[in-house]
Amino acid sequence: MATEEPEQRPESVKTIEADDVDPDELFGSAVERREDPQLLTGEAQFTDDITEQRLVHLAFHRSQHGHANIESVDTSEAEAMDGVVAVYTGEDLAAGLPCGFQLEGLTDPDFPVLASERVRYQGDAIAAVVAEERYVAHEAARAVEVEYDRQDAVVDPVEALGDGAPQLHEDAPGNVAFEWDIGNADETEQAFEDADRVVELEVENQRLVPNAMEPRAAVADYRPRADELEVTMTSQNPHLHRLLLSLITGHPEHKIRVVAPEVGGGFGSKIHNYVGETVTSLLALEHERPVKWTATRTESFLTDAHGRAHVTTGELALDSEGSVTGMRVDTVADMGGYLSTFAPLIPTYLYAPLLSGQYEIPAIHCEVTGAFTNTSPPDAYRGAGRPEASFLIERLMTEAAKEIGEDPAEFRRKNFVPDDAFPYETPVSSPMSYDSGEYGKTLDRALEMLDYDEFRERQERAREEGRYLGVGLSCYIEACGVAPSQQWSDWGAGVGHWECGVIRFKRTGTVKVHVGTSGHGQGHHTTFAQIVANRLGVPYDNVEVVEGDTDEIPEGTGTYGSRSAAVGGSALVHSAEKVIDKGLEIAAHQLEADPEDVEFEDGEFHVAGAPEQSVGWADVAGAAYLTGDVPDGMEPGLEATTYYDPENYTFPFGTHAAIVEVDPDTGDVSVERYVAVDDVGPQINPKIVEGQIHGGVAQGLGQALYEGAEYDENGQLVTGSMQDYNVPKAFQIPEIEMDHTVTESPHNPLGVKGVGEAGTIAAPQAVVNATLDALEPFGVEDIKMPLTNERVWRAIHEDGGDS
Amino acid sequence: MEDITLTVNGTEHELSVEPRTLLIHALRDEMGYTGPNVGCESSMCGACTVHVDGRAVKACTELAVRAEGSEITTIEALGEEGDLHPLQESFQEEHGLQCGYCTPGMVMTAAEYLEEEPDPSREEIREALEGNLCRCTGYQNIVNAVESAAEEMSAAVEPATDGGTRTVDGGD
Repeated sequence: MATEEPEQRPESVKTIEADDVDPDELFGSAVERREDPQLLTGEAQFTDDITEQRLVHLAFHRSQHGHANIESVDTSEAEAMDGVVAVYTGEDLAAGLPCGFQLEGLTDPDFPVLASERVRYQGDAIAAVVAEERYVAHEAARAVEVEYDRQDAVVDPVEALGDGAPQLHEDAPGNVAFEWDIGNADETEQAFEDADRVVELEVENQRLVPNAMEPRAAVADYRPRADELEVTMTSQNPHLHRLLLSLITGHPEHKIRVVAPEVGGGFGSKIHNYVGETVTSLLALEHERPVKWTATRTESFLTDAHGRAHVTTGELALDSEGSVTGMRVDTVADMGGYLSTFAPLIPTYLYAPLLSGQYEIPAIHCEVTGAFTNTSPPDAYRGAGRPEASFLIERLMTEAAKEIGEDPAEFRRKNFVPDDAFPYETPVSSPMSYDSGEYGKTLDRALEMLDYDEFRERQERAREEGRYLGVGLSCYIEACGVAPSQQWSDWGAGVGHWECGVIRFKRTGTVKVHVGTSGHGQGHHTTFAQIVANRLGVPYDNVEVVEGDTDEIPEGTGTYGSRSAAVGGSALVHSAEKVIDKGLEIAAHQLEADPEDVEFEDGEFHVAGAPEQSVGWADVAGAAYLTGDVPDGMEPGLEATTYYDPENYTFPFGTHAAIVEVDPDTGDVSVERYVAVDDVGPQINPKIVEGQIHGGVAQGLGQALYEGAEYDENGQLVTGSMQDYNVPKAFQIPEIEMDHTVTESPHNPLGVKGVGEAGTIAAPQAVVNATLDALEPFGVEDIKMPLTNERVWRAIHEDGGDS
Repeated sequence: MEDITLTVNGTEHELSVEPRTLLIHALRDEMGYTGPNVGCESSMCGACTVHVDGRAVKACTELAVRAEGSEITTIEALGEEGDLHPLQESFQEEHGLQCGYCTPGMVMTAAEYLEEEPDPSREEIREALEGNLCRCTGYQNIVNAVESAAEEMSAAVEPATDGGTRTVDGGD
C-alpha cells in the first residue's frame, strides 16, 4: 500500500572530482571513487575472471542430507569420465578446519574438509573432483554415489539442547558447544527482586544467508621448484587466510602468497576459512597445476557462513520511576554442524557487551549457550552479534515504555547514558568503555525529521479511517575496531586485532600506501588516499593504495567489524607522522636549519617565519633516494610502517526510525518513511558513508521483512536458492532519509568510529517496533521476523483475534 | 561440438561449443569477456546481463548455440574510453556501485530500459531493475544514477533524422 505521490529523491550527498579538492580539504570530501572506472567497464578482475595455462577445475559432491552416516562412497563412475583428472574422498584427503576462537570451556570437534564417516549438515563436502573443464568437474561430482544411513536430525538449537535430541558429536554431549556468561549476576538478581515491574520477551533472531553477489572462489597455483603456493581468492583478510592455509597444508607461511583481487561483497562471509578454498590449495600442491574452484549459488546458500540464529529470553527490571534497573538475558546460539572459524566469538564477546545499548542499566547478566545442530555453521555476518543485542534491547525498551504507558521516545531519553558520563563502562562492556556519545542528539533529529508529534495525530486519524500506521524507533549502538590484541587473546582469539599501514615515498615524491585491511566494496582505495594525501599535503592523484596481497603488504588483519577506518586509517596516520618527522630532518638538512626551526605545512617544509625558504616532498624524496643528501648517519629511504593496536573499541551510534502502514486484510507491511540519523564520528568521505548506511539498512530491512533461512526437520535447507530466499529487490527497499551528527572518538587519531554495519544493526527493530505500533489496536504483542504477509495476517486474525 | 559465430562488441568470433555451453561461459571462458559476471546461474540476480541484438539477456540461462549469428554487447563496449555511456558516468557520480559485481549487469539492464522508457519515475526504475540484485548499495544510489542518466540522455537527444535513432553525447 504505497503512498499515492510519486517518490522524490531524498537529499543526497553530492560527489566532487578529486582534482577539484585541495589536499587540506580531502578529509571529509565526497570525492568520486577511484575504484569505479574499472568496475564500470569490465576491466576489474574478480577471482573467477582469472585463467591460467594448464588450469584444472574443482567441484564438490556435497551431502544431500542433514544428518547421516556414510556407508560407502563410489567414485568409479566419476573417475571414468572423460576429462576427469582425479577424485578425492575423505580417505584420501585428511585435513580439517580449525576454529580460531577458543572460548574458555569450548568443545571444538573435528571439522574434516571431506566427511568420510558422517555428515552433519546439508552441504557437508564428501568428495572433490578435479577435471580439465568446468562442466566436466560438476558433472563428475554429481556422478559420485554415496550410500547413506540417515539419522534423525535436529535443526532447532533449543531442541538440540533438550533431552533425547539427536547427538552430533561424541565429544559434545547434549550438543553443547559452550556455556558462557558475562555481567554482574548477583546485582542483577537483586535488581529483579527489587523491581517494580518486569518486562519479558522471547525473541528469535532468525538465521540469514549473506548472499554476497560474487560467490566464493579460489585459484591456487603451486610452482614446485620455487616451492611457492599462490592462492587468489575471495577474501576479506588475505593474511589470515595465509596463516590458516599454512597451518592446514603444512606449507610454510612465508612460501604462500594470498591475493584478494576485486572481491564482490563479503558482509563477513569471506572472512572465514572454508572447505572450498582449502581443498583448492591442497590440490594445487598435490597436482602442481593451477586449480580453480568457484561456488555455485547453491553452494553459497549451503556453505557460506550464515548469520544470527539466536533464540533469546530477555527481561528488563523497572523501578517505580520508570528507570531501567536491571537486564537479564538467556540466549541459545546456533553453531550448526561444526564450529566455523570465529563462530564462538559472535554470540559472546561481539554480542553481550552491547546489550546495554544507549542506556544506563546498573545490573546486567547474560548467559549464552552454543548448540550444535544439523545446519550450516553460522559465523560473522554484517553486524555479527551486535544486531542481535541491539534488536533485543530496542524491542525491550519499546515494550517497557508500553508497559508503563510512556512515550517510547521519552522513555528512551530518560534512560540514556548522560552526555557527561563518558567514557562509560557498562556491566557487560567491561573492561571496555563507551568512548563518546551524545545520544539525545540523534533521537531529537530523527523525531524532527519524522515530525513525530504530527505523526501521532495522523496515526489517530488514520485509525479512525481503518488504516493502521505505526512508528518504530531504534536507538542503536555498535562496537567497531575491536582490540586490543592481548585482551582478545585472553578471551580466546587466535589472531591479533592490530592493523599494519605502510607509507612509502617513491623517488619522485609520489606515494604508495600498503595497508593490511582488505576492502571488497567499501572504497578503501579512495578513502585511504584521502587520509594520506590530506596528512602529507600531497595531491590525491599522487597517492596509490595497495590492499589485498600478502606479498605487497608486510602484514595485515583484514576488513571486518567496521574496523578499516578506525584501525587501518589510524595506522596510516601514525605512519604519516613518522614519515613527516623524517622528511623534516632531511628538509632541515637541505635548508641548513635546525630541525626545530622547520615547519611542515601544506606539503612543504620551511624555516619558521620564512615560508619562501622551503623544500617539498620531491626534494626530500630525491635526497633520501637519489643524492644521499641527508643528515650524517641517517639511513636512505623515505617510508614508515606502523602496527596500530587500538586500546578500546569505538562506539558509533544513532537513531533509526520507520513509519509503516499495515494492511490488515493482506498482512502487508509497507515502509512509508525510513529515517536514519547516524553518528559515526568524522566522515572521511560522506558519499561513501551514505552508501554504507543505505546498504546496511537494506540488509536490515531484509531481515525485518523478507529474509530467513529455514531448514525442515530433516535438515534440508528449504530456502536454498534466490527463488526461495528473498534477497531484497529494488522495489522492496524504501527511500532512506538521512542525517548525521559528529561525535569524535577520543582514542584514535582520526576520531573516526566506523560505519560498515550501522544500518544493518539499526534497521530490523525500527521496522518491527513500527509494525507492532501499527497493530496496537489489534492487541498483537509480537511477530517473528521476517514480517511476511502471512505472519502479520495470522498475528492480526489469529493471535490478536480482534477481527 | 557445434560451430557458431558470435559478434561480440563488434568483433566476429568463430568458436566450437558444446550444445550445453551457456552463453555466459562462452563469453567469459572461451572469449575472455569477463565483464559480465555469474551470480546465481538461475536468472535471478542479473549480474550476467548482456545485450543480444539490442535486448538485455541474462547470459547465465541462455545457450551459446541459441545466440548463433547474433550481435552481443557486453559492458566492455557500452561506452568507450573518454566517451562512456551516461549510465557509466552517473553510476560513478551518484555512487551507484560498491563492490561492482552486479554493476555490469545492472548497467546493461538500465541501458536497455532507458531506450524504451526515456523518462521513468523512481518507482518505475525500481520495478525495471527487479531482475538485477545488488547486496551493497540498498539501490537508492542506483535509482539516483539511472534517474540522472535519463535526464542526461534526454537532454542530449538530437532530433531524429534517419530512422529515428537516438544519439547521445556521453560527455557532461
